[in-house]
Amino acid sequence: MNQEELNNKLSEIKDKLIAVEQPAESRIYLSCEAENSYEINKFLFEDVGCRFVTVTGIDSDDCFEILYHYSYDETGCVITLKAFIRDREKPAIESITPLLPAAEWIEREIHDILGIDIKNHPNLKRLILADDWPEGVYPLRKDSP
Amino acid sequence: MKKTVKKPVLAVGPFHPLQEEMEFFQLTIDGEIVTDIDVRLSYNHRGIEKISESLQFDQIPFLISRICGICSATHPLAYVQAVEDIAGIKPPERALYVRTIINELERIHSHLLWVGLAGHFIGYDTVFMWAWKYREPVLDLLEEITGNRNNYGNVKVGGCREDVPNELVPKILKELDNIEKKTEMLTKAVLDDPVLHARLKGVGVLTREAAVDYAVTGPTARGSGIGIDVRRDDPYAAYGDLDWNVITQTEGDVFAKAVVRLLETFESIKIVRQALNRLPDGPVTTEVKEIPPGEAVGRAEAPRGETFHYVRSDGGNRPVRHKARAPSYVNVPSFRASCIGQHIADVTITLAAVDPCYSCTERLAVVDQHKNVIHDYDTLLRLSREKTARISKEMGAPELKMEDL
Repeated sequence: MNQEELNNKLSEIKDKLIAVEQPAESRIYLSCEAENSYEINKFLFEDVGCRFVTVTGIDSDDCFEILYHYSYDETGCVITLKAFIRDREKPAIESITPLLPAAEWIEREIHDILGIDIKNHPNLKRLILADDWPEGVYPLRKDSP
Repeated sequence: MKKTVKKPVLAVGPFHPLQEEMEFFQLTIDGEIVTDIDVRLSYNHRGIEKISESLQFDQIPFLISRICGICSATHPLAYVQAVEDIAGIKPPERALYVRTIINELERIHSHLLWVGLAGHFIGYDTVFMWAWKYREPVLDLLEEITGNRNNYGNVKVGGCREDVPNELVPKILKELDNIEKKTEMLTKAVLDDPVLHARLKGVGVLTREAAVDYAVTGPTARGSGIGIDVRRDDPYAAYGDLDWNVITQTEGDVFAKAVVRLLETFESIKIVRQALNRLPDGPVTTEVKEIPPGEAVGRAEAPRGETFHYVRSDGGNRPVRHKARAPSYVNVPSFRASCIGQHIADVTITLAAVDPCYSCTERLAVVDQHKNVIHDYDTLLRLSREKTARISKEMGAPELKMEDL
């Protein structure tokens, strides 16, 4: 697909999205609520055929943002899906590892450093925090020194 | 009394067989074939993303060029490109060319390092010594330009810290000619060697399907027929202006990945020559004021694959969030797909074919169920070399000879 076709293809899931931003031709940001993230990720990987790059977790004041980054190599476009987790007490999001083995490590990392529950992750063990790192201390949260 | 079935477990690490960084792979084996893998990381975790949040935008390149000693040009480049995107900064043309030259010189010495280590690992110490000898002039050139053999510290938001002086260009071109000749000799010796064919072909195959599921990049992807390269797909620095080829192979085995790296080295030499011959006049830096609120992505093709940085700013001096993803983070897990079903003598060369960088990622022994080491690194190395010697003897092949040019 060329970029125009890609833009059209992405509009197929616009019902599940809160917003679409395209600050440059090859940079697209889709926003959604966390509940819809799995379906949109599946669409991007399987239907659109994007390559998974990584996931960025952010502690924003009133919510958590989980950014799934994909590359559509044919046009060099980076598509980022921002999923908002509104519940700060028990933040959780559906794992995409069953769909994408490539996501296994990064979801474990986000669980470690931000304390987000990754539901149905096949192997949610500690990845980058040491074994004796205290429970409940999430280094990348803003309230962590 | 119930008898539990005990499955022997092989651990590769914490001292990696091929590089000197720490990670820990636990391989489960059945006889001498690998049936499963578990990876333990974090021995070298340094909390760089958290530290980034406490540094100012222009301090961060110094921090992140230390993510990795051998991809050390790519991380800061990807990062500053993201910041330049947020702020709408266009570095001067000459800076884009200097960035390209430094990054390709790094690719050349990184690939030669890999060839040497791979050779050492399977028992071709001559290849090891020659490859590491031939990469020295590249490191010397980098030192002459930037002041350092690694961790160049040359990239900054808005351009470069050091220029390539015009007077140096003829010397670099001459060195490149030498390096190209030596690389040709090395490539021919490696690619024409029947023992290496027998030792490395069909070993550690990563299928195209697995390569997609694990989202691998770089030579690991290109060796499995996936023709992706950030320099061509999402051009940055001066790559869009220059003429060169993306190298792919289809077999997905260790041999294919070796071919990709060797042939890419020639493309890198081509790129540097063009960049030097077309080096535009002018400054290498432009003024940077504040970084406004915003977010952006910056990426670059490291020797190991795509390096990806995401930066978010709220208009202050420091990033709100800085995510750094090194290529090894997706390439190393693919070891699971390429290693299961392999003989233990092939395990370490299969992992090495990914060209893993644990410090980038964060970052192999055989143990039994009580975590006692059955086969340590030295044993795995010996097994690998013995296999090569066996193949060599069976084929009646002469010892690899390399003339001193």
